[in-house]
Amino acid sequence: MPPESVSLPAAGTLAKPTDAAERSRTRARAVRRRVLTVNGTRLLVLVVFLGVWEWFSRTGVIDPFNFSMPSQIWDQITTWIMHGTAQGSLGEQVWTTLQEAVYGWVIGVATGVLLGIALGRVRFLADVFGPYVKVLNAMPRIVLAPIFLIWFGLGPASKVASAVVLVFFPVFFNAFQGAREVDRNLVSNARILGASNRKVTFQVVIPSATSWIFTSLHVSFGFALIGAIVGEYIGATKGLGLMVSTAQGTFNSAGVYAAMVILAVVALIAEGLLTFLEKRLFRWKPADPGAR
Amino acid sequence: MGRVRFAFVVLRRAKRAEHRSVGRRGRALTRLSAPGVTLLTSPGMTSNTSPAIELRGAGKAFRTPSGALHTAVRDLDLTVERGEFVAVVGPTGCGKSTTLTLVSGLEEPTEGEVLVGGEPVHGIGGDVGFVFQQDAVFPWRTVLSNVMAGPRFRGVPKTEARERARDWLARVGLSAFEDRYPHQLSGGQRKRVALAATFVNDPKILLMDEPFSALDVQTRALMSDQLLDLWAGTGSSVVFVTHDLEESIALADKVVVMTAGPATVKEVFTIDLPRPRKVEEVRLEPRFLEIYREIWSSLGEEVRITRERGAGHAA
Repeated sequence: MPPESVSLPAAGTLAKPTDAAERSRTRARAVRRRVLTVNGTRLLVLVVFLGVWEWFSRTGVIDPFNFSMPSQIWDQITTWIMHGTAQGSLGEQVWTTLQEAVYGWVIGVATGVLLGIALGRVRFLADVFGPYVKVLNAMPRIVLAPIFLIWFGLGPASKVASAVVLVFFPVFFNAFQGAREVDRNLVSNARILGASNRKVTFQVVIPSATSWIFTSLHVSFGFALIGAIVGEYIGATKGLGLMVSTAQGTFNSAGVYAAMVILAVVALIAEGLLTFLEKRLFRWKPADPGAR
Repeated sequence: MGRVRFAFVVLRRAKRAEHRSVGRRGRALTRLSAPGVTLLTSPGMTSNTSPAIELRGAGKAFRTPSGALHTAVRDLDLTVERGEFVAVVGPTGCGKSTTLTLVSGLEEPTEGEVLVGGEPVHGIGGDVGFVFQQDAVFPWRTVLSNVMAGPRFRGVPKTEARERARDWLARVGLSAFEDRYPHQLSGGQRKRVALAATFVNDPKILLMDEPFSALDVQTRALMSDQLLDLWAGTGSSVVFVTHDLEESIALADKVVVMTAGPATVKEVFTIDLPRPRKVEEVRLEPRFLEIYREIWSSLGEEVRITRERGAGHAA
């Protein structure tokens, strides 16, 4: 144990090291206790929330037909898992939605980053396209989903398209801002060291814009899911959005909630993956953002 | 580095000498008596013997965001010989840094001419190194990769670039840190990375914009000595901008005093302290104090003017 090795040099004073060891043990215990308290309270909040919901529904304080109850939602999820949904197995639905979201996200991010950096680097392009981008951004883009349905049909293409338009803008604006806000010293330094314009873009602007871009990636994956779900909700042959819409059509409120729960789990897993990736990519950053 | 470094070429055209003689008023501390000085007054100028840097009546005016024209520097006349270490001192915010950006090619003069190696400056030349006041190391590159950046930008093959970078890292004493990222280093270490990254390109012209001003006093003295050591092997010409008169005398062959902004050259002093110098020791010598007093009587006036203006502005 580390406390023992600390105590070695101070052989003359026997009382002190044991004190130090005792103190560090107490501190470790306090930390553990805090973690337990926080997690315990979290769990308690969830249990109380679900319990009250269940209780109110059963006693008729709220209408179970409209609000359903946790036990029914759980039943619905297990039914879907065990026996599949009206459109096929649950896995297939989740996979379809996820696929649409990921395609839309990748296309949206790629075009957003590309155009954002291009407009951030080339003044002329920014001046020409600036107003158009603003107009498009001001529009509530989700209304494009029905148009995409007409253009691309009931298949995944229309959902991918609506995910793309939702993802594109936040990523674009962040990449644009990131490219604009590059430390001028770094650019001057690179140019003096002999970097061409292309190298400045690829080796200075893009790396320093990545932290801007990454903040938008988190938000935008959520947008991609929204795009896919809304697209499916309006018209589809498969997917979680279709499940919500079918459940709604049959007045199955438990089904709507169940689909929501599944969506939340999917989104959380995706978020976790992104965070992991970000940590790998940003090893050069100080571990603690407040440290500098 | 036993080699006497200031074999220093004085080439002056009659016209320019006359032009500047008003400013110099014979105050220049002559160094003709110093050993090892070669004085060449040959009028025949070839491109080989043309001064490293020459500013002729150079000026720079910027448009401020409100649309007004702000003159940063005006009528700059300055010659830096090959292998010469020139320090530029002046009151804060007088336009010292602008002078450097003109020489580097980052900015073009709005008036006059800037010549490097006898050629007018158009864009950034390959022979120029620039050490910035703020950290300009790339935070996403490791120390080694930062030092390799210059050669790699210039198309040197990777293995050779790595070799050269390792060599310079060894010279600044950072070999053990080559895999670290800049945020894991101290301010002085980051500055040493910046120095290595600049020197690895073998610049003939080295421009330094208050490079050590963000460091603590002890680190600064250490860095100054290290800079002198590194520079001694290269034969490059240095323009070192600072607001610290002590630092400028300890380092330079020639100290240029700038006026309050819009800045121009007020006086040029030649520093006849022998090399090699140790920064901490040289500043205790009586000759150092003598020079200090002389230059300060010139610089102090400009500092006072700047300060009074600032006070007037605030009122």
